Amino acid sequence: MKSVGKIIGVNGNMVTVQVAGTISMNEVGYILVDDKKLKSEVIRILGDSCQMQVFEMTKGIKVGDEVEFTKELLAVELGPGLLKQVYDGLQNPLPELAEAAGFFLERGIYLKALDRDVLWDFTPIANVGDTVAKADKLGTVPEGPFTHEIMVPFNLLKNYKVKEIKPAGQYKVDDVVARLEDEKGNTIDVKMYFEWPVKRAIDCYSERLKPTKPMVTKVRLVDTFLPVALGGTYCIPGPFGAGKTVLQQVTSKNAEVDIVIIAACGERAGEVVETLKEFPELIDPKTGNSLMERTVIICNTSSMPVASREASVYTAVTIAEYYRQMGLNILLLADSTSRWAQAMREMSGRLEEIPGEEAFPAYLESVIAGFYERAGIVKLKDGREGSVTIGGTVSPAGGNFEEPVTQATLKVVGAFHGLSRERSDARKYPAIDPMDSWSKYPSVLNIDAVQYARKILFRGSEIEAMMKVVGEEGTALEDYVIYLKSDFLDAVYLQQNSFDPVDAAVIVERQRHVFSHIVDIMGAEFSFDSKNEARTFFNGLRQAFIDFNGVEWQSTEFFSKEKVLVDTLNKKKVSLDSFAAELLKAGV
Amino acid sequence: MRKVYSKIETIAGNVISVKATDVQYGELARVSTAYGDTLAEVIKLDGELVSMQVFAGGRGISTGDEVRFLGNPMRVSFSDSLQGRIFDGSGKPRDNGPELTDNLITIGGPSVNPAKRIIPRNMIRTGIPMIDLFNTLVESQKLPIFSVSGEPYNQLLSRIAMQAEVDLIILGGMGLKYDDYLFFKEELENGGAMSRTIMFVHTASDPVVESLMVPDISLAVAEKFALQGKKVLVLLTDMTNFADAMKEIAITQEQVPSNRGYPGDLYSQLASRYEKAVDFEGSGSITILGVTTMPGDDVTHPVPDNTGYITEGQYYLKNGRIEPFGSLSRLKQQVNDKTRDDHRAIMDGMIKLYAAYKSSLEKKSMGFNMSAWDEKLLKYGSQFEKGMMDLSVNIPLEKALDLGWEIMASCFEKDETGLKTDLINRYWPKGK
Ligand SMILES: Nc1ncnc2c1ncn2[C@@H]1O[C@H](COP(=O)(O)OP(=O)(O)O)[C@@H](O)[C@H]1O
Ligand SMILES: [Mg+2]
Repeated sequence: MKSVGKIIGVNGNMVTVQVAGTISMNEVGYILVDDKKLKSEVIRILGDSCQMQVFEMTKGIKVGDEVEFTKELLAVELGPGLLKQVYDGLQNPLPELAEAAGFFLERGIYLKALDRDVLWDFTPIANVGDTVAKADKLGTVPEGPFTHEIMVPFNLLKNYKVKEIKPAGQYKVDDVVARLEDEKGNTIDVKMYFEWPVKRAIDCYSERLKPTKPMVTKVRLVDTFLPVALGGTYCIPGPFGAGKTVLQQVTSKNAEVDIVIIAACGERAGEVVETLKEFPELIDPKTGNSLMERTVIICNTSSMPVASREASVYTAVTIAEYYRQMGLNILLLADSTSRWAQAMREMSGRLEEIPGEEAFPAYLESVIAGFYERAGIVKLKDGREGSVTIGGTVSPAGGNFEEPVTQATLKVVGAFHGLSRERSDARKYPAIDPMDSWSKYPSVLNIDAVQYARKILFRGSEIEAMMKVVGEEGTALEDYVIYLKSDFLDAVYLQQNSFDPVDAAVIVERQRHVFSHIVDIMGAEFSFDSKNEARTFFNGLRQAFIDFNGVEWQSTEFFSKEKVLVDTLNKKKVSLDSFAAELLKAGV
Repeated sequence: MRKVYSKIETIAGNVISVKATDVQYGELARVSTAYGDTLAEVIKLDGELVSMQVFAGGRGISTGDEVRFLGNPMRVSFSDSLQGRIFDGSGKPRDNGPELTDNLITIGGPSVNPAKRIIPRNMIRTGIPMIDLFNTLVESQKLPIFSVSGEPYNQLLSRIAMQAEVDLIILGGMGLKYDDYLFFKEELENGGAMSRTIMFVHTASDPVVESLMVPDISLAVAEKFALQGKKVLVLLTDMTNFADAMKEIAITQEQVPSNRGYPGDLYSQLASRYEKAVDFEGSGSITILGVTTMPGDDVTHPVPDNTGYITEGQYYLKNGRIEPFGSLSRLKQQVNDKTRDDHRAIMDGMIKLYAAYKSSLEKKSMGFNMSAWDEKLLKYGSQFEKGMMDLSVNIPLEKALDLGWEIMASCFEKDETGLKTDLINRYWPKGK
């Protein structure tokens, strides 16, 4: 029996409901207003009343309005057809919504997440008589460049006998493709899709592995110095305008993974539109298809209802986990996790919970930890590996990292890419602070070479700080050259123009190649007569390197610019530091 | 006939409550007081208890005053006869024109479906190099001027408005000083733009709650005109007053503040207004230029901070100039690849050099020797400030780009600029 209720209070996007019958926590209900039904979720139960967050604008709701409960938790549909989609936080397909309602997001319209009319080419794998359990493959359908596996729904917890399986052919997601029987002889119809409650992690794997393989982003500073691993987690905190979104956008384009899930969570709608319009035109070098074919966008931007913003990151991670079950590597990019935390804060305030720091709820930390815990590289039951990597931006109030969301996030992630206002003001993009940021994952290059360069970077910035106190005149020429080297490394390797067609994405092979020049320059010993001469030399060298960075990998121009670079260097290079020579011999 | 309630249960700040039934969340009520009628908006329902924020404020309201619910949310009349008119924050005429009551539209409507948005593509030219060259303004952008009080932000706002090629200007004033209100009126009249202007002005002496309606009214009207194909420019000044009005209500309501007294939903509240900026495919557009004054020149103050996270950049006005640091147009890259092919390089290169100038300046102020390189930067910095940053400069983008090359060539050797050789070969002024 589904329960019903009546509204007894409205406060912002939270309503209080007098309930007749039983309800459960996080159950979905609909408020009947005029001729519309507004989707809501139970977030607190008190005796025979409950409080619900409403996923829509609450204008017009009256005391006494009816509520229908559904007996279901907030869930998403999992099945073929998720790729290329643009959903809101509750998995409503936005393009279809636009067809139904026009320019505006009219409330109370809910569409099916998966298209019911598309025919999929089903190939059975399981045979009648097989014993199967959750997540076992029953068959496959091709979805874009992927083989989408039709699995035993994850909420079927026992062992089952396959009673019937449909022959190869075309089916819709709603068609029954297999019939299973449990030990008691009950039959269960399996369609090509099933529902899964978003707040529960999918755990159909045999073991979790340690993330060690690199997740290549083609951003030099990240891959070389501050790497991310497949199945790892990382965060990008930074003040507004420092470049969080652009960094995620280029990563969503260039990352070497199978599928990218973009969770546009509570930020600008315009930024999603760029992705929406651009991706269908861009080619994924790995598959030759459009980038959109490997992308799912969950879009719950800042002016869309706050409660569905809270749900949106879970919708995104659930879809990521689902594809991971097919042995794929998924990257989930959430921009911004602070907006999600703020959605929790708004609701917590309406519930009049005891506030923690900056009025965030006391459970903020555990909820953030729980979300990032859903990342991971796993060994599936059939021995294949799949991974979910999560990267989240953080938008700290006032750009100050000493705030609850940044701090809670830093405790749980494996890499920290902190953006600095100083660097973005100086147009040093990506504005990741190379000194403060860290990563626990292995670099794509030889770690010794990376450490060697990093040391010079640190030493150079120390000297720079020192020079602010004692002036250039109080700095030894030798130190001054180290400072110039570190400034050079910053300018030609750490900085990378995301809007330059060539420089925007640098493959690992090129990073390795270029980095050997870097080691050569870092290790070079010069005999300059004056600081002025040294500065002029490095200006010229920088010019040559920037030109070199700007040309197509291994084009004729590439080799000619490379020659200019080497010639410029050799004009002043006297010898090479022996450690650098060793590194170059071993290969970076 | 709607029921009249004549017993007000509580009055706290600008919020009153009555016991009533059949009231909608967000509905309007008319409160009759000894000082005349005022509107009030329902902000909370708790059983029979209905809380409302009173537009004219709580002062002077008696527990015996009558409350009559109107059965509809806040609405505004929409028609072409709005053009050239001036209204107050609750939509009543401020000029001597007639009250408009036909074709009422609800304010604060739903947001645009992101799937229906398009990528902004038209540059708005202002003749100000710090904008056109370094932080290009784009049609459908939402962008505030961050300013310390006392800076000429309203002058800048009106200058951009007069120079921009738009069909309609809507001015939403919140806590506007009366002088500033008269300034806008005069500027628009003198510039011959009043006939294509609509003003919703709440002045500093009007009741605080009324300012809360101004952005929604302005944007609801803008949206309708944009859907009719008009390019609308909405000026919102000053959004900090709007946020402060929200803070006042939140505190009265005993909400837990998140940061310096501001409510936890400040971000969402501001976003739902700014996100109304849009370019409707096959129709018109809304561009929003706002003003956010920064109490104590503090960018990390909750209002500018939350705003910066929402808007598509900001112009940071300081000492009568638009500062290169802190200023940003996030949409510039949508258009600055279609202007001139040296635009992007000049934009980044000159700012990098200006940053280097700033650190030389710092060294100098600490009494260190200036190297040859420092001297070059100092020369560059002062030319940059004079040629590019001075607000009296009024030149088209192309002239500003040429000027950029001139300035660099008069200060540096080619390879000191950090620009690509190929551009230098083409644009470096001859004979330098
Ligand atoms: N990697 C980059 N290369 C060039 N410009 C950048 C880069 N990152 C950011 N920018 C500039 O900074 C602006 C703000 O970046 P954005 O990513 O939107 O900041 P955030 O998300 O941190 O607020 C962009 O619109 C762009 O002009
Ligand atoms: Mg961003």
